[in-house]
Formats: sequence, structure tokens, C-alpha cells
Amino acid sequence: MILHKGENCRFVIKEPDIELMSPKTKKTIRHTNDIKGQVTTLFNPVSILSKSSVASSKEANGPIGKYLSNVLEDDKCGEKTFEKAELKMLTMAVLDALNDANLSAKDIDLLLAGDLLNQITSSSYLARELKIPYLGLYSACSTMTQSLALGACLIDSGHFNTVACATASHFATAERQYRYPLEYGNQRPPYAQWTVTGAGCTILTSDSMIQNDSKQKMQKITHTIIGKAIDYGINDINNMGAAMAPAAVDSMMAFFNEKNASVNDFDLIVTGDLGKLGSDIVRDLMRERGHELGQKYVDCGNLIYDVNQRCYQGGSGAGCSAVALNSFILDKMAKGEYNRVAVFATGALMNPTMCNQGESIPCISHGVIIENL
Amino acid sequence: MTKKKIDVKHQSKDEARNQRYNQYVNAVTPQTGTAKSLFHSFLVGGLICLIGEILFNLIRALFPAMSEIMAGHLMVMVLIVAAIFLTGLGIYDVMARKGGAGMFLPISGFANAMASASMEHKSEGLIMGTSVKLFSVVGPVLVNGIVWSSLAGLIRLLLP
Amino acid sequence: MNETLKMLLDYGIVFIIGGAFCAIAQLLIIKTKLTPARILVIFLIAGIILEGVGLFKYIVNFAGAGAKVPIIGFGAALAKGAIEYAKIYGIMGAFAGGLIVTAYGIGIAIVTSYIVTLIFNPKTKK
Repeated sequence: MILHKGENCRFVIKEPDIELMSPKTKKTIRHTNDIKGQVTTLFNPVSILSKSSVASSKEANGPIGKYLSNVLEDDKCGEKTFEKAELKMLTMAVLDALNDANLSAKDIDLLLAGDLLNQITSSSYLARELKIPYLGLYSACSTMTQSLALGACLIDSGHFNTVACATASHFATAERQYRYPLEYGNQRPPYAQWTVTGAGCTILTSDSMIQNDSKQKMQKITHTIIGKAIDYGINDINNMGAAMAPAAVDSMMAFFNEKNASVNDFDLIVTGDLGKLGSDIVRDLMRERGHELGQKYVDCGNLIYDVNQRCYQGGSGAGCSAVALNSFILDKMAKGEYNRVAVFATGALMNPTMCNQGESIPCISHGVIIENL
Repeated sequence: MTKKKIDVKHQSKDEARNQRYNQYVNAVTPQTGTAKSLFHSFLVGGLICLIGEILFNLIRALFPAMSEIMAGHLMVMVLIVAAIFLTGLGIYDVMARKGGAGMFLPISGFANAMASASMEHKSEGLIMGTSVKLFSVVGPVLVNGIVWSSLAGLIRLLLP
Repeated sequence: MNETLKMLLDYGIVFIIGGAFCAIAQLLIIKTKLTPARILVIFLIAGIILEGVGLFKYIVNFAGAGAKVPIIGFGAALAKGAIEYAKIYGIMGAFAGGLIVTAYGIGIAIVTSYIVTLIFNPKTKK
């Protein structure tokens, strides 16, 4: 590098100060072993203030029907189209959760919501209704835990106090989005799944906001696990369970490895919407890795429908884990039947266009650990 | 200044692992009961053809003046109208869940595909919804039918 | 008596041939995981080829509606029209013929679909 020195018009060649002057200086971060990883341990556990679930009559007839907060009379909720019905369902869930906590929409700092439709339509229109800051999320059927994980981390950062996490799915809109018209006469293979018509909303808040004199235990999120997109080369758009199972296993193993945990540390391990086939695969894959899941493992897709309801392998869709988590699981935790629950909702990041182009389906599974504290 | 080339490769694909997993999944995935579903589709498909034949004979008996070709057309038209009304009533797809290929291979399945797409997109309006999406499911059949039959006609012209 | 027996036999053949086509399609679905749209196109092209080489009329003579009602018959009708009109009108006819003879079915399907769309709404499934 040549610098003009001024005096005697001499040019002096000076060695550049690489550290300060070179524009090519690489910015690197310190590599340590303790900040790497998928698991975030929250400094202060984030409380679940209230919850709400809405589902159609089909889900209400299933095994967890009696735990639902609201049941729709008809699948259209009195709206003209199924898309509007999904929006109404999602709005109902959020308003009901707000009601439960004696809050109004303006008390919420942030809305984290997502759904399965193009441009996450329902969530965006919900944000329009509520008029509060909004981040739209998409990770297919894993959206519920994605929003919980993100919401918990944001609250833990101290910049947000109260966050609403919501998601919904509707059988009729999902069919149109990903498959065939409703009235089209096609035969589903026995390994297909049934999209849940339902919505769920959880309101998270920081401990500083709660005036709790009774010392009652609350359900709190203590860890979050952000998943990786896992693709084991499944390209059958009907076989979602098999496609998503490796993602759930990957996130589960990430937690087990990083925290040296095992199945016995939990009262219940829940996966999102793998259905019967997918959850059997998870059991097999976990056994291969040295963890016997046994009785402590359930899948929301298996919980939500009865065997007699002819739903093939069980429920799927963003609403599946949202409804099961916000009704059955949190109710059981409130009663003290479970004290430490790991929830890994799974999502197939499937795009019909890419599948037609011969690509396989990447899947993701975000997790949260909920404890009674 | 030469720019560094970034070589983008799909390194995410672990072929051996994926193949192994696919084999495993194929082994554990429950399959449609072959014999049962074949029997169902045979029964349903045969029945629809039988209805067609009975209709055809009925038309021939009722309108003796009608040529055999026109009677065939009329038979197909009646089947199509019946299938579309069953679709509208929401019955056709319930039957198809049992009947499988027996319900979509006959011409009534073609009609069902057209009507179902048309009804599905009604919510977007009759012009932008129904009219645009009417052929979204039956498109492949019409396009391939027209292309390949035109080709057949052209080839026939070349032959003596 | 003899005539009734013959009629029953005819109906039996229609049933068996029509059912057999559907069973083959079902077997393809189960064994190859092809989508219904692809299977329809395969059968359609099979019909066009059969008509093109002149075999289809024997099948119709034998099976009647059993061959005409499955989509294979639709393909055959398209090819038949294209070939017939090509013979009469040359190249122009080859493009129009298929549609002309199948327009009865396609036309009524479009019109009825439109009418049904006006009357009914799709329902969610139980």
C-alpha cells in the first residue's frame, strides 16, 4: 500500500495494518463448545398464561374431544368459504385464550402465527383483525412449536412481555391446497393421514408480569429446540408420517445428546402429527439409537382420532399438534399428571410443485420442553 | 479481480442412507389389500359398464330411428350427467373411496373430476374460479387425448 | 329362452371386460404408485393406439359398453374421429376430428358441471 507522506513529496511504502485496514478482514466469532447446538436453555422459564383450542365436531368425537375449549357446530362456522372458516376458527382460538387470561388484544406485544395456506393467509388476516405487531411463521405442521420456541426465546430476551402463539388448519382448505378438489373421487392409500380441522392458541408471558400469590405451579417452557430440515429421500406426498419421522428423531436426539438426557427424564414425549405409521418409525429409529420410548411416547395424530373414525393413519396438519397441546396435554399438566413434557411437532415442508419436479420432501421438527414449575 | 466461484452442490443428499430408509419405509408401510381392492374396483367398474350397456339397449329400444353411433353418444351423455349430479350431492367421492379405479376409469370419473374442480373453485367466482379451474384435474386427459389422436389422424394420412 | 340366455351372456361379458380394465388400473395404482391422472392418460393412449391399429372395433363388438365406457373408449373415439375426418378433409380433419366426435360428452360435461356448480357447494368429508 502506498501512502503520501507530504514532506519532500516522497512516496513511502508502508506495510498495511491488516487487522484494521484490509476490507477483507473476516469477522469471526469465538468458537466455543457451549454455544453451539440446537437446544436453548432459557435463563428464565417462560410461563404459559392461557390456552385455547377450537376444533370441528369430528375431532370432538375423538379421544381428546372432551378437553377441547370450543367445538364448531359446522365446518364452515357460518362463513361462506372454508378459508374464511379457518380464519374465524383461528380468531376464535386467540380471542378465547385472551378472554381466559382477562386480557385484550392490546395487552399482547407480539402475535406469532402461521398456517398451511399459501402466503399464510389465515394468520395474516388474523393479524389484520387484532391490530397488534405480528410475525408470520411457516414450518407446516410444526408451526405451533416453532411459535412457542420463538416466543419463549423472545420473551426471555426481555424485549417482549406477552406473546400470543397461534396456528390453525382446516381439512377442506388443506385438501385444496395440497391435493385434489373435495368432491373428486380418489382413493387414499391406507398410509394417508387426515388433516385436522382445528386451531390452537397459547399465550406466553414472562414471570415478571404475573401476580401470583397462590404459589400455584404453572406450566413453563424451559428449553427450546430449533430443528434442522431433514430429508431422508421420501417423495410420496401421501406418506407424510414416514417423511417426518426422521426430523422428529433428529430433534429428539439433539436434546438427548446435548443435555445428556434420556426418556426417563420426561413424563411424556409428544410428537406432532406423525400418525400411527410415523410414530412406529420413530420408535424404531430411536431404538436404533439406544432409546426405548415405550409408554412415555404419544403422537398427537394418534391422540386426536379414534381408530373407528376411518382417518387412515391419524391426524395431520398444523392444527393437530396445536389442538392436542392446547387441550389434552396442558390440561393434564395443570392437573399435575405430567410434570415434564417434551413436545416435538413435526412439519413436512412440502411443495407440490417441487414434488412434481421429482424432489423429495424436507421435514422439520421444532421442540419445546414444558415443565410444571 | 477474480471472483471466487461458489460451487453449489446438493450435499444434503446421503444417497445410501436415503435408500436404506426408503427400503425400510416400504417394508413397514401398510399397503392397500390387493385382492380386496382389485375385487372392489372390478365389481364397481363392471357395474358401471353394465349400466352403460343396459342404457344403450334401452335407448336402442326406445328410439329405433337413432343410429347406433348416436345411441352410443347418448349413453355416454346420460352417464356423465348422472355422475356429475352424484358429485354435486357429495356421493360420488364416497363411493370412489371403496371403488377406487372402478370409479375413475369409466367416463363417469372424467365427469366427476371436471365437476369437482368446478365446484371447488366456485368460491373464487364463476369466471376466475370455476371457469379457469374447470380443467385443472381433467386437463391431462383432454390435452393428451387431442394431441395423440391428432397424431393418429396424421399418421393415417401418411399411410396409403 | 335362448335369447334371454344370450342377452345375459352379453351382459356378463360387458361386466367382466369393463371390470377387468378397472382392476388392471387398480393394480397399477397399488403396484406402481402412479397418480390417477397418469393412469387415465396411459389408458387413454392405449385406446388411441388400439383404435389406430384397428383392433378396437373387435373389442367393442365383443364387449360393447365394457370397452366404450372406460376411458380407453374415450381415447378410441378421439382417434376414430381424427382418422375418419383426416380421410375426408386431410390435415385439417386430423386436428378437428377427435374433438368433433367426442364433443357430445365434453360439451354436456362442461355445461352440467357449470349448472351443478351453481346449485351445490362442496362439503367437508366425515
